[in-house]
Amino acid sequence: MAAAGVLHGRADARRYENNAATREAPWVKWTLLGISLAFFALFLLLPLVAVFTEALRKGWVTYLTALSDDDALSAIKLTLITAAIAVPLNLVFGVSAAWCIAKFQFRGKHFLTTLIDLPFSVSPVVAGLIYVLLFGAHGWFGGWLAANDIKIIFAVPGIVLATVFVTFPFVARELIPLMEAQGREEEEAATVLGASGWQTFWRVTLPNIKWGLLYGVILCNARAFGEFGAVSVVSGHIRGQTNTMPLHVEILYNEYNFAAAFAVASLLALLALVTLGLKSFIEWKAGQQSRESE
Amino acid sequence: MSIQVENIHKQFGAFTALNQVSLDFPTGELVALLGPSGCGKTTLLRVIAGLETADSGRVILEGEDASGTHVRERQVGFVFQHYALFRHMTVFENVAFGLRVKPRRERPNEAEIKKRVHRLLELVQLDWLADRFPAQLSGGQRQRIALARALAVEPRVLLLDEPFGALDAQVRKELRRWLRRLHDELHVTSIFVTHDQEEALEVADRVVLMNKGKVEQVGTPQQVYEHPATPFVYGFLGAVNLFHGRVDGEHVRVGEAVLPHDGRDAAHGVDVVGFARPHELDIVTDLGSSQGVEATVARVLAFGASVRVELDAIAGAEGQPRHYEVVLGRERLAELALTEGQRVRLVPSQLRVFPREAA
Repeated sequence: MAAAGVLHGRADARRYENNAATREAPWVKWTLLGISLAFFALFLLLPLVAVFTEALRKGWVTYLTALSDDDALSAIKLTLITAAIAVPLNLVFGVSAAWCIAKFQFRGKHFLTTLIDLPFSVSPVVAGLIYVLLFGAHGWFGGWLAANDIKIIFAVPGIVLATVFVTFPFVARELIPLMEAQGREEEEAATVLGASGWQTFWRVTLPNIKWGLLYGVILCNARAFGEFGAVSVVSGHIRGQTNTMPLHVEILYNEYNFAAAFAVASLLALLALVTLGLKSFIEWKAGQQSRESE
Repeated sequence: MSIQVENIHKQFGAFTALNQVSLDFPTGELVALLGPSGCGKTTLLRVIAGLETADSGRVILEGEDASGTHVRERQVGFVFQHYALFRHMTVFENVAFGLRVKPRRERPNEAEIKKRVHRLLELVQLDWLADRFPAQLSGGQRQRIALARALAVEPRVLLLDEPFGALDAQVRKELRRWLRRLHDELHVTSIFVTHDQEEALEVADRVVLMNKGKVEQVGTPQQVYEHPATPFVYGFLGAVNLFHGRVDGEHVRVGEAVLPHDGRDAAHGVDVVGFARPHELDIVTDLGSSQGVEATVARVLAFGASVRVELDAIAGAEGQPRHYEVVLGRERLAELALTEGQRVRLVPSQLRVFPREAA
């Protein structure tokens, strides 16, 4: 798994550096380090600092007012609702897709594996447009939906659909290599011992993949909160109704309401930091587990 | 419980893993399925367990046709080559697993589970490891835990897939003896798969030799070793010397030389392959006789209770193997006073011949 790989990489790096045969010249090391750190500071750290400084430029009162604004609150609420639907759905889809691919042999398996990556390779705007073409007023199912008074595009269902599409690969991608590496032997052992399929899943399969699963869920959640492109196409930008946090930031910014825009943006940035923290914790935990089982 | 398999056939694509295999495993015996890799032995074990379905044929457990019974209901204990212990559970929980997943009305209560698990851990002499995780155990310990876990559900048969395959030589030997003792205590009908002939001969009551999806021979270790039924069995069990020749009455003519043979399966004038074990060959230093095949002494390995002599065949002997191996007693070696490079004749005290086509 990726998480475990990082940890082994760290141990290896130390070994290579202590070995005269594989050690690089000091100037190579320091130049590379210098370039990376400069990039890091310029492109990652500086913007992060800027977001928080801009958000707090006019003081805490303005900051809090911007966040407790009705439209801002409704954008936060919508983002949370979207994630609360999209993440569990992708959890179930991801586990079943990974299960299919890792544990069964069937025709079209390779095609399915490639298809899972589609949301990564297609532009989010195109993803949004697909749903407009399908469910929009002039789309394939538009007439039927209108006749039955169901609103998908420019409404919450459309936003959820677009988010599910964009965040689909995270859980499956994380689990497939992990489940492939673990093989079927433990599950076979459980079956021979009399466990039903359900018992085997809960008692053997799930505990073995839990850290990978959690890792995938966190990445999926982060993307669900932050998705802009696909959601922007299907949302319609109706204030207080179909605006998620990233869309709200854009609207505020376009209205030259910089303090408020950065205040909402700072919430997203904060979420990113929490996600990173959780991610490192899980990597550490999973690494510990994989070292134990070696 | 007795196990019978009848006409089991299993195909993987174009590869025939099992070709009409029929076998009978009597109650209480410890049987080894022995053969080279790819001979179908593991597939047969998995078919008996129900982990694999045969294309045709029947598996009969205790007189009942179990071919349609799910592996869950077959009540077999299966020990995997790489143990397949549940890595996130302690040793105790691993062994308790089979009891915990039983349907509620059959499931023993917590105190009973505890008692039974500890009894099993005592049986495999690892009670002190109950709270460890599999990753903290050595290979030999893991294998014993895997066995205890399989025994927890009181299986009617115990199936072991290369049980010692992943262990180092020292531990292998120890566990072999231990498995034999355990079997003598429990008397569960057991089948184990191995590619190691020494392991099969040492541990099993009976040995089933398999090759290319077919059963070559079934018998006690002594029977299969001393009276191999086919050229394959001869070649697979222990070291062997080959002689290609033609039957000439009481003898086999090998090039210029003549060898006496056992007289079976040998019509006059038939091309044959003769087999003799290293201890069934004698070395004669008298080159005048026409008895025996000529060879030169390459090396004398004079350590241990008996002496091994490696010999090179004389060049030009067409279709003959290039090397021979002879095992002698120490006294005989002293009598012969062999030197390296010396020309000698090899005379088999026993030569088993098979028609050429069969070999």
